[in-house]
Amino acid sequence: MRAVPGPDERRDAGLQPERTRLAWRRTTLACSVTAVLALRQALRGSGSALEAGGAALIVLVWLAFLGVAHRRIRELAAYRPPVLAPRVALGAVLCTVALAVFAMTVIT
Amino acid sequence: MIDLVKDVRLWFAPQRLKEEGETPDYRFSLANERTFLAWIRTALALVGGGFAVDQFLPDLRWGVRVGMTVALLAAGAACALRAVNHWMRCERAMRRGADLPVSRFPVVLGLGVGLVAGAMVVIVLLGLTNSR
Repeated sequence: MRAVPGPDERRDAGLQPERTRLAWRRTTLACSVTAVLALRQALRGSGSALEAGGAALIVLVWLAFLGVAHRRIRELAAYRPPVLAPRVALGAVLCTVALAVFAMTVIT
Repeated sequence: MIDLVKDVRLWFAPQRLKEEGETPDYRFSLANERTFLAWIRTALALVGGGFAVDQFLPDLRWGVRVGMTVALLAAGAACALRAVNHWMRCERAMRRGADLPVSRFPVVLGLGVGLVAGAMVVIVLLGLTNSR
C-alpha cells in the first residue's frame, strides 16, 4: 500500500498528460493512414526495384514516427511529464515532410 | 528573415531554449504540445489528401489533378514546418512571460483550402473531366 500521494504526485485534475498522450495516439493514427495511402501509391506499378525501395522508405518513415510517438507516450506516463524535446518535435515534422516529398517524386 | 534563421537555429539547439526565462507550468507546455500535434495532423491530412487526389481522381485532366496534388502536398509540408516553428516560439514566449505569437498562417491555410474546394466544385459542375 502506498501512502497518501504528496502534492507532486497527485494527478492533474484536468488530465493534461492523458489528453496529450491521446493526442499523440491520434497523430500516430493519422500518420498510419497517410503512410498506407503512400504505400498504395508506391506499389501500384509493375513492381520494379525502385518501387520496392520507395515502399521500404515509407515503412521506415512510418516506423520512425511510431518510435518518436512511443518514446513521448512513455514520458507522458509521469505525474509531471517533462517538456517535449525539440528533437522529438522535429522528428515528427520530418516524417510528415518526408511523406510529402516522397509524394512529389511519384506524381503521375 | 534574420528572425527565421534564429528560430531555425533554435530548433537544433534546444538547450538554448531552456536558458531563457523560467519554466512555465507544465500544463501550459502540454497544451502547447497538443496544439502542435493538431497542426501535425492537419499537415498529415493535407499530405494524405494529396495522395488521394492523385490516386482516386483519374478522370480529372492531368494538369488539374497534378496542380491540386502539388498544392495539397506543398500546403502539408509548409504546415508541418510551420507547426514546429510556432510550437518553439510559443514555448519561448511562455518562458519569457511574453504574449503568445500571432500568426497569419491559419487564415492563409483556410483560404487555400477553401480555394481548392471551390475549384473542385467548379470542375465537377462544368464537367471538366476526361471521360463520362
